[in-house]
Amino acid sequence: MKKFEVTGKKDTRSGFGAGLLEAGRNDQNVVALCADLVGSLKMQDFIDEFPERFFQTGIAEANMIGMSAGLTIGGKIPFAGTFANFATGRVYDQIRQAVAYSGKNVKIAASHAGLTLGEDGATHQILEDIGLMKMLPGMVVINPCDFNQTKAATIAAAKYDGPVYLRFGRPSVPIFTPADQEFEIGKAVHLNEGSDVTIVATGHLVWKAIEAGTELAKEGLSVDLINIHTIKPLDADAILKSVAKTGAVVTCEEHNVLGGLGESVARVLALNNPTPQEFIAVNDSFGESATPDQLMEKYGLSSGHIVAAVKKVISRKK
Amino acid sequence: MADIQKLQDITSQVRRDIVRMVNAVSSGHPGGSLGCAELIVTLYNEVMVHNKKEFNKNGTNEDMFFLSQGHISPVWYSVLAHAGYFPVSELSTFRKLNSRLQGHPTTHDGLPGIRIASGSLGQGLSVAVGAAQAKKLNKDDKTIYCLMGDGEQQEGQVWEALMYAPHNKIDNLIAIVDYNNAQIDGSVDEVLSLGNLKAKYEAFGWLVLEMNGNDIADVLKVLAEAKAKLGNGIPVLILMTTIMGNGVDFMMGTNGWHGKAPSDEQMAEALSQNPETLGDY
Repeated sequence: MKKFEVTGKKDTRSGFGAGLLEAGRNDQNVVALCADLVGSLKMQDFIDEFPERFFQTGIAEANMIGMSAGLTIGGKIPFAGTFANFATGRVYDQIRQAVAYSGKNVKIAASHAGLTLGEDGATHQILEDIGLMKMLPGMVVINPCDFNQTKAATIAAAKYDGPVYLRFGRPSVPIFTPADQEFEIGKAVHLNEGSDVTIVATGHLVWKAIEAGTELAKEGLSVDLINIHTIKPLDADAILKSVAKTGAVVTCEEHNVLGGLGESVARVLALNNPTPQEFIAVNDSFGESATPDQLMEKYGLSSGHIVAAVKKVISRKK
Repeated sequence: MADIQKLQDITSQVRRDIVRMVNAVSSGHPGGSLGCAELIVTLYNEVMVHNKKEFNKNGTNEDMFFLSQGHISPVWYSVLAHAGYFPVSELSTFRKLNSRLQGHPTTHDGLPGIRIASGSLGQGLSVAVGAAQAKKLNKDDKTIYCLMGDGEQQEGQVWEALMYAPHNKIDNLIAIVDYNNAQIDGSVDEVLSLGNLKAKYEAFGWLVLEMNGNDIADVLKVLAEAKAKLGNGIPVLILMTTIMGNGVDFMMGTNGWHGKAPSDEQMAEALSQNPETLGDY
């Protein structure tokens, strides 16, 4: 397993805040909205520099999404920010009709996604958002893995013409992707060359997969590791190329096993190259209150779980 | 000075189109469409500054109209067609396979004149407020119009937008509520009363005007008054009283024609009450 240099530790939401500021500097059409979560979404730097381009909607997410659609006239590029739960499930119909079906250039910035929101518990820990968003025709779904990649993804989302769901999180996680990376929407990042198993991971699970790969290397197993920051459109070529080499795959995501990355990968494989697959994901349940690490352990999303899943899937190879 | 007779003539033709479109596919919403005919005819033919020849979704330096209760699409389609946005003949495709005239309006198929999909209720005012904010940012001094239904006022999102606009001094927006007191399951008063709607809007910080939506002279007068009130840091709302089914006697004064198509005989009767003025499609 390749050694990844960790340059620090930060939350991916701060990557969004930094990316939003830079996108705002790059393009005066970038505007932002927030439903009373400016601090949590790290939007203050953007607001300080561009106060006239920020709209505080109060705790009124439906209005925020509708306003975002209306704001696009004249070329404005709205980023609507709130927690992933309120950015998807609460406003699904608004996103469906006013953004996706209407083809509006709105970016939905969703923080605190998944179990790693931690102590607030299941009311706020959405594990269904990737599924909800990927089912909308025309919606791009991005789930970057660290601060640098989230910043790059935010800047790329601003340049892309069309609706984007950008998912990120609350906890501090290792920064291991380059600060100057090119972020290409829909293009997987191949992190490690290996031959025994393919791991396709997204978001916070990419670092867990690196940890798992390092453990597996000690046992003589080599992991072909793909960081799939874009879940839709899915980079099927990268997955198929890797799986042709390894013959087994483990998908890893901080999301319900139903409707997430794993099912998207399974569909690609079923159509092209049926392959044994194991799923690291939450097993169709809600979360609960605890520290992020405790929850990742309890719900089967730790690097140890990935190691076990790799061994299992290798044993299933024909 | 507006030519009221001309507007009435267009309205008569629009009513014919509505009834014929809905009859042709045995579905659609004639009641609210007929009730709002005078308003939408007047907006597009007398009041709004708009570019019907080269439709642009951005609407830069144009007044813009957003229809929140998308189910009254027949009236909007007819007015847009007669205004020159697309061929009048296309009205015959309403609700049919591969048509740009979907049951509820959409941008999806590129129909000129439509800037947002609507139909799922309660969303239009939010979109209009966003567009009004964009116009301010873009230093565009034109006006945003948004029409909502009265039953639609039962949606919570409407009140989110109603709260946002005065707080943020959205004063380039005229919201209009079609107050016909009828919705699918009965009168609005029976289904879920809106109480003193005027007082509620005023309590939210809106300037509220009242208008008889089926009297073109009053529509012209109150729209002009509303326009004159813009730019003062306060959003303007018009409570527009209409009769659902207006202009077709057997459809008037009941909610029965909210979403029901007339039979061939009923259509003939409706057409006999509304002379052909611009030519049927």
